[in-house]
Amino acid sequence: MKIGGKKVSIVANVVLCLLAFSCVMPLLLLVISSFTSESTLSRNGYSFFPSQFGLDAYLYLWHTRVQLLTAYKMTFIVTTIGTLGNLVVTTLFAYGLSKKQLPGRVFLSFMVFFTMLFNGGIIPSYLMWAQVFHIKDTVWALILPNLLMNGFSVIVMRTYFTANIPAEILEAATLDGAGEWQMLAKVVLPLSSPIIATIALMSGLAYWNDWINGLYYISTHTELFTIQNFLNRLMSSTDFLMNANTNSAIADGIKVPSIGIRMAIAVIALIPIMIIYPFLQKGFVKGIVIGSVKG
Amino acid sequence: MENASRDLLGRSRKKNIRKYLPIYCMMLPGFLYMLINNYFPLPGLQLAFKKFKYSQGIWGSAWNGISNFRYLFRSPDSFMIIRNTICYNLVFILLGTILSIIVAILLNEVRSKRLQQTYQTFILIPYLLSYVIVSYIVYAFLGADNGMINNSIIRAMGYEGVAWYTQAKYWPVILVIVQLWKSFGYSTIIYFASIIGIDHSLYEAAVVDGASTWKQITHITLPLLKPVIIILTMLAIGRILYSDFGLFYQVPMNSGMLYSTTSTIDTFVYRGLLETNDVGRASAAGFLQSVLGFILVLTSNGIVRSVEKEYALF
Repeated sequence: MKIGGKKVSIVANVVLCLLAFSCVMPLLLLVISSFTSESTLSRNGYSFFPSQFGLDAYLYLWHTRVQLLTAYKMTFIVTTIGTLGNLVVTTLFAYGLSKKQLPGRVFLSFMVFFTMLFNGGIIPSYLMWAQVFHIKDTVWALILPNLLMNGFSVIVMRTYFTANIPAEILEAATLDGAGEWQMLAKVVLPLSSPIIATIALMSGLAYWNDWINGLYYISTHTELFTIQNFLNRLMSSTDFLMNANTNSAIADGIKVPSIGIRMAIAVIALIPIMIIYPFLQKGFVKGIVIGSVKG
Repeated sequence: MENASRDLLGRSRKKNIRKYLPIYCMMLPGFLYMLINNYFPLPGLQLAFKKFKYSQGIWGSAWNGISNFRYLFRSPDSFMIIRNTICYNLVFILLGTILSIIVAILLNEVRSKRLQQTYQTFILIPYLLSYVIVSYIVYAFLGADNGMINNSIIRAMGYEGVAWYTQAKYWPVILVIVQLWKSFGYSTIIYFASIIGIDHSLYEAAVVDGASTWKQITHITLPLLKPVIIILTMLAIGRILYSDFGLFYQVPMNSGMLYSTTSTIDTFVYRGLLETNDVGRASAAGFLQSVLGFILVLTSNGIVRSVEKEYALF
């Protein structure tokens, strides 16, 4: 409930407008810079008010699109497989944990909970994935380590199942002779779309944004780079993109717009999220709230 | 008699397990994944007490007592990374909590539902970005030659541009701003959700008693937010030895001249493992992080538990 009067409300609106603006203003610099002509950039740097707009960066990117499209494709593949995998594994596990009579339930719940309190750290984990499972420089490196399931979402989902699926419905389904798989598919899942959507969103965002697994596990097979890894590598070695394309670019007589191109790639990596976000905004908010209250 | 009932119990348990067989099958993938991803690496913690050789692996490498730790603490790095990790986290917790509570209270004062929605949408945007993108944004502002701040502000006023990425002294401020910018929306949403949940009649009664807006905030809103504040702060304190790898590695662009104010336990471990091949010191630091972090979670929970049992996490 609003507790202040009209004055408080006006102050609130002014402050929040400024805050909201400060949240997108840095992104605007990115976008505007990517549409600035390279000569202006090299003269005046990145600017909110460039003296001359231009498509140099994007035109060059069009020339090197193969490399970029590969990275884009990897991001899509990894995000799709990863999110689906996460949903399946998490839902099945959480559904099992929601069965109150399940022998071993307390032990299993504790195992999940313990993963949130204690972990071995990155070195043991890295050595295991790299030396025991040999996932270095394979697509599995982008999907498996850490992201496929986490204890937190298992517990959130289990809590949702126990709190929102009435036991009577499950009993009735059992009496009708429904097996567990049928029960899950026909009774539980249709009642759980909010939590499934939430977990899918969070997992999808985690996969889309992940660059850490690529940094650790992808070193020689750069064709496996996702767009985030691509950007990451581009930042540390500016010539990453140019090396791969020097020949074709020189052949076409195009000068590399090295200042603008970074921003253009970053913008391209951002576009899908910014397009989807307004539609999923409520889901994100719900996800944050559910995660914080019920975990 | 006793035997018979035990027999019956045994049989019913067997029957029970058979009944739950489909459930166990469902749980198998998740269980295996958890075992592999979260439990198999745990024995690897012994590396902190070993002289690691890639050719010999975790189990085959020779023990070397506590010399990894001795080596770690003999270098000034150890103090630096622990100080940075803890101090940054303390500042993040303090400023982040204050900022998010203020914004959440303000958000609650906005009359139009649609505006409220719009503000929420905007303040969550930074939370959606990866730290790779954030580092590009920071670079657009701070790049020495092309950065917006040097070109449009500092040089425009006639001063010499600042080489931000080589001057460690600026980074405590930069990193705090970036971290707050990226994460305040998230905690604002959490606080806002709990403010919405406060019983309206409390405020109505306060208004009848003539309480001012400020009084209502300090006497109703804040006390009722206490559980959420305590829980979120406790979670953060439990993770005070952990830092966001992206913030400290990506945003300063792993620039060596900034290490004194930008390296934390996590970046130190990463560099030891993959850049400087100093697995001994890195695994000693990682070991301390895991074990002390665990103790911290238990302690902070224990303290809250002894003061106010219902606020404890477990």
